[in-house]
Amino acid sequence: MAVIKETRKDRIFNAINFIIVTGCLLVVLYPLYFVVIASFSNPNAVAAGEVWLYPRDITLDAYETVFENQEILMGYRNTIFYTIVGTLFNLVLTLPAAYGLSKKNFMGRNVIMFFIVLTMYFSGGMIPSYLVVRDLGLLNTWWALIIPMGCSTYNLIIARTFFANGVPSEIEEAATIDGCSTFRLFLQIVLPLSKALIGVLTLYYAVAHWNEYFSALIYLPSAREKYPLAQILREILILNTMKSAAGSSMNEELAVYYANLANLLKYALIIVSAVPLLVVYPFLQKYFDKGVMIGSVKG
Amino acid sequence: MKSAARLSKNPAAAGKGKKILTRLCRDYQLYLLVLPAVIWYIIFAYVPMYGLQIAFKDYNGALGILGSPWVGLKHFESFFRSHYAWTLIRNTVILALYSMLASFPFPIILALMLNELKSARYKKMVQTVVYAPHFISVVVLVGMLNLFFSPNGMIGAIQEALGQETVNYLTSPGAFRHLYVWSGVWQGTGWGAIIYLAALSSVDPGLHEAALIDGASRLQRMWHINVPAILPTATILFIMNAGSLLSVGFEKVFLMKNDLNADTAYVIALYIYDRGIVKTDFSFSAAVGLMNNFVNFFLVLLVNRIARALSDTSLF
Repeated sequence: MAVIKETRKDRIFNAINFIIVTGCLLVVLYPLYFVVIASFSNPNAVAAGEVWLYPRDITLDAYETVFENQEILMGYRNTIFYTIVGTLFNLVLTLPAAYGLSKKNFMGRNVIMFFIVLTMYFSGGMIPSYLVVRDLGLLNTWWALIIPMGCSTYNLIIARTFFANGVPSEIEEAATIDGCSTFRLFLQIVLPLSKALIGVLTLYYAVAHWNEYFSALIYLPSAREKYPLAQILREILILNTMKSAAGSSMNEELAVYYANLANLLKYALIIVSAVPLLVVYPFLQKYFDKGVMIGSVKG
Repeated sequence: MKSAARLSKNPAAAGKGKKILTRLCRDYQLYLLVLPAVIWYIIFAYVPMYGLQIAFKDYNGALGILGSPWVGLKHFESFFRSHYAWTLIRNTVILALYSMLASFPFPIILALMLNELKSARYKKMVQTVVYAPHFISVVVLVGMLNLFFSPNGMIGAIQEALGQETVNYLTSPGAFRHLYVWSGVWQGTGWGAIIYLAALSSVDPGLHEAALIDGASRLQRMWHINVPAILPTATILFIMNAGSLLSVGFEKVFLMKNDLNADTAYVIALYIYDRGIVKTDFSFSAAVGLMNNFVNFFLVLLVNRIARALSDTSLF
């Protein structure tokens, strides 16, 4: 491309393009950045609208309040449990099924695939699903947030496409001729060759579990001790149930401070709830493009 | 061979049956691999579909799904006769269409622009940032909206600084749809661009070189080479978006709705939740859900037809 010199028009185009992209970048970045700086700032400064570009009077008060709250810690522990166990369950269900359905010698695979894909467009809906979960006796149990989220059709299709195209069939044929059973072939040869796929699916499933709140609302009507973090977040961020520690003996200035702190703690809470993702985000990033690419070969 | 022929009048059919049996035996492990997922789909996707029959019954817990008496279209009639039915339908359709149409073009534009960036490192950096909101949970997103748009939040401070009156957008029926849609655009545009970037990366560089030699400017090359290259992808995605038109975003609306903005924020799915889960009016809300589902299904077919007529690309 460098052979032909850029025209003036092209340079203007480049400049405008650069400016617009940078504008988009700032629009996305600023709200996230604001949450971070606000969470470290003095509550009164945030309330007065003085925090814009950098934190003011840096304090960890908001974080201290977050970590003193037993319910938040409980929700955190529960969510870690749901995410780990739930994602494992998802993988155990999705990977073998996708592998089996990717095999051409699997009789009836098109029929099964049709009925699976159909569920993307037509479903029983909220009420009949609720009745199934209730009749299985899953309400208010740990399993209520794991088993009903067992399989995502979208992810199953991604996995099937990957197995159909991403694993060289020569290796499988050679192993079969050498007397390798399908189970062993899958566990010892196909899975180790599918790290990219497992990475993508783990990411998609884990994020879904981490963010899930609605199932908790329906399926855990009276099991508060099993609430995931997202449900606790909902109560604090949206229903405003968090009471500040303000006591009657406090002077007015301190009472205002605590009232503002109750608001500020939401920023800190957002950060705390996002920390695990922020930690793994850079490592997972290489999978993002791959994941969508695998899925898009579907055709 | 002789005995086999005697068993069946058609030896070929017998051979076929035997072949199927051999194949089943040989591949039984494959079937075992698929079995758990099939069972899961039956229990959690097809049993609920079977349970949808309560939409035509008066569901009674003691009698069970099968034992409850049939009532025909009673629940559908009572929904359509109610004064809120059309408000609910209107709110749902407006929100869904507005959201779909507004959020559709941005990932395409972003992908086209990212593709034109000269610095690969800067492109990578922008991608890292714009993908991030996709992973933010809907609870946190609505929480952020609440923090920013409440009268004493960020937006309120800007308005005060400009000497305007502060408005509480969170409780305003007029602002609800815009807040819902544009926060969705903020969250989804980056992630949505990935698939178009993938489509763009498969454009034959020879096309660009040829155009370059013919003196095409960057803008012309973008318009005449890159845009047609991603059009099929765009069409398919548009149809797929239409498929989830009426169900999408329910969890977000649920969090954003309050008593004051209910005029525009009350959508069918929320109503199903209120009547079904909260008031345990199972049959009625299943009927409303079924109707919602059918309208949805019909919309996919409709959009698919339109897409096929306009661009020769369709999902099925």
